Amino acid sequence: MARPNLGRAFFRERGMVMRRKTGGLTPLLYVGPAVFFLTIFQVYPALQTIYLSFMDRRSEAFVGLANYKFVFTSAPMLTAFRNNLIWLVFFTAGTVGLGLLFAILVDKVKYESFAKSIIFMPMAISFVGAGVVWKFMYTYKPPGSEQIGLLNQILMIFGFEPKGWLLESPLNNFALIAVGLWIWTGYCMVILSAAYKGIPKELTEAAQVDGANSLQVFRHITIPELKPALTMVVSTMLVNVLKIFDIIYVMTNGNYGTEVIANRMFKEMFQFSNTGRASAIAVILFLMIVPIMYANIRQKLREG
Amino acid sequence: MNWQKLKRKLPRLVVNIVVIAAIVIWFVPTLGLLITSFRPASDVAYTGWWTALSSPLKFTQYTVENYKNVLSSGGMLIAFRNSFIIAIGGTVIPVFFAALAAFGLSKLNFQGRGFFYALIVMMLVVPTQMTFVPVLRLYNKLSLSGTFGGLWLVHTGYGLPFSIFMLHTFFQSLPDELFEAAHIDGASIWTTFIRLAIPLSVPALASLVIFQFLAVWNDLLVALIYLGGHQSVAPLTMRLSSLVGSHGQDWHLLTAAAFISMTVPLIVFLALQKYFVRGLMGGAVKG
Repeated sequence: MARPNLGRAFFRERGMVMRRKTGGLTPLLYVGPAVFFLTIFQVYPALQTIYLSFMDRRSEAFVGLANYKFVFTSAPMLTAFRNNLIWLVFFTAGTVGLGLLFAILVDKVKYESFAKSIIFMPMAISFVGAGVVWKFMYTYKPPGSEQIGLLNQILMIFGFEPKGWLLESPLNNFALIAVGLWIWTGYCMVILSAAYKGIPKELTEAAQVDGANSLQVFRHITIPELKPALTMVVSTMLVNVLKIFDIIYVMTNGNYGTEVIANRMFKEMFQFSNTGRASAIAVILFLMIVPIMYANIRQKLREG
Repeated sequence: MNWQKLKRKLPRLVVNIVVIAAIVIWFVPTLGLLITSFRPASDVAYTGWWTALSSPLKFTQYTVENYKNVLSSGGMLIAFRNSFIIAIGGTVIPVFFAALAAFGLSKLNFQGRGFFYALIVMMLVVPTQMTFVPVLRLYNKLSLSGTFGGLWLVHTGYGLPFSIFMLHTFFQSLPDELFEAAHIDGASIWTTFIRLAIPLSVPALASLVIFQFLAVWNDLLVALIYLGGHQSVAPLTMRLSSLVGSHGQDWHLLTAAAFISMTVPLIVFLALQKYFVRGLMGGAVKG
């Protein structure tokens, strides 16, 4: 017992001694490169972006809060905020709700791992790839001609007119959210499923013996037990929503009333070459993400 | 009696129906893409892919023409190579530096390590959008935009916080006594890192490597920002999205191109699913 303790003291001590003798070089060799990268690619640019958000389109003159006024009052940004809010509600509720439902249901079937693999698979492919998959699903041909998009074919079979899924607002926002659900539900399912399996059986059985029905068990045992996992999943989905970009960029590029914050920032940067506005959008995005990530990381640290 | 039996079996039946419906909904879109990519252009434009299902084994209705087409004139072959170059560099470099830093932060005792760890965790909250404008300017000054090297470095910068966080959690779970014992036996810190920490964390490293590789492979935004319009260095995702722009209705080409971009992720996913899931769960890696 004494030996490892002595060893621990020695190892720690040695680190300290080397630090003094060699000017702290050893730890620096390990941590230094990462700190260097983080400074160049995260700390410095983030601070610079805050500064640039108060400058004009070419970062030459100070413009005060003009860029923030644009962010909060211009028509395209208001559309983007509205859409991100729609995404926030329906995407988060959908991915987490379906993820939870599937996590509980697949637990009861024999082909559980197969079902999980299929539902989780879209996570592996790129959002661009998923965007193409679904753009094809949504393909529209005028009524009368043969449909090549599956969804419009189904509508036709049931006697409805084919729809321009990606053209009609607000339908198109929900069509895009459906793609998001297809991609991310598997992630929620896998995490919630792992947590669900961790709930002690005695707990649910005891409740059942006491006469609780399955809804009560779900409400008073399953949900509270899953709370840490739910916090993780919900916060991850919220951050995803705020940063959502690829799906929109590939499927509509924000046209027909589907603009979102991250896509608008991309446009400000490259299409309109306005670094001031792009920076202000980034800062607002950052401010919205901070509290959510705070909850997310706190949860992770608790588990770790 | 029969009614009783049905009542007992009904919940199970409902569960199976819902799960099977989910499997179908999650599988059919990809199946449609795959079938379409093997159908001739004229068929694709005028009939639904499901018509091929009426006689799925009639192989004369399939063709590899679309693949030949997008690989050569569509530029998907070059893009495929580019994706590999970008993803390999964009994985090896950040994982190596993350392992070094995570080891230093969890196993070496030095002043300021709490501060550095806090700094890294704080960087997890910064969306990459916060960095695009200044880093792009820096890149233009240093002629790094439009280069593989530039993209490797930027993926390193963006990937490090999560990677360090995840490996740090893992290294913390390795007993200190092990490292102290090795040290008493005369091993240098570098030796304990290479010979002890790295071999012990193979499962965690594998998860991280797969996660980071797929993240970079599937990335579109970072490539769009830092590669500009340079198609010669464009990865699959960028190439595919520009094909969507230029060939919006040529579904025989788009589906083939999309499937090419999915092959590597699908293989990685099917072969290494366990590690991939662990990587995604991030930080929650145990053992």
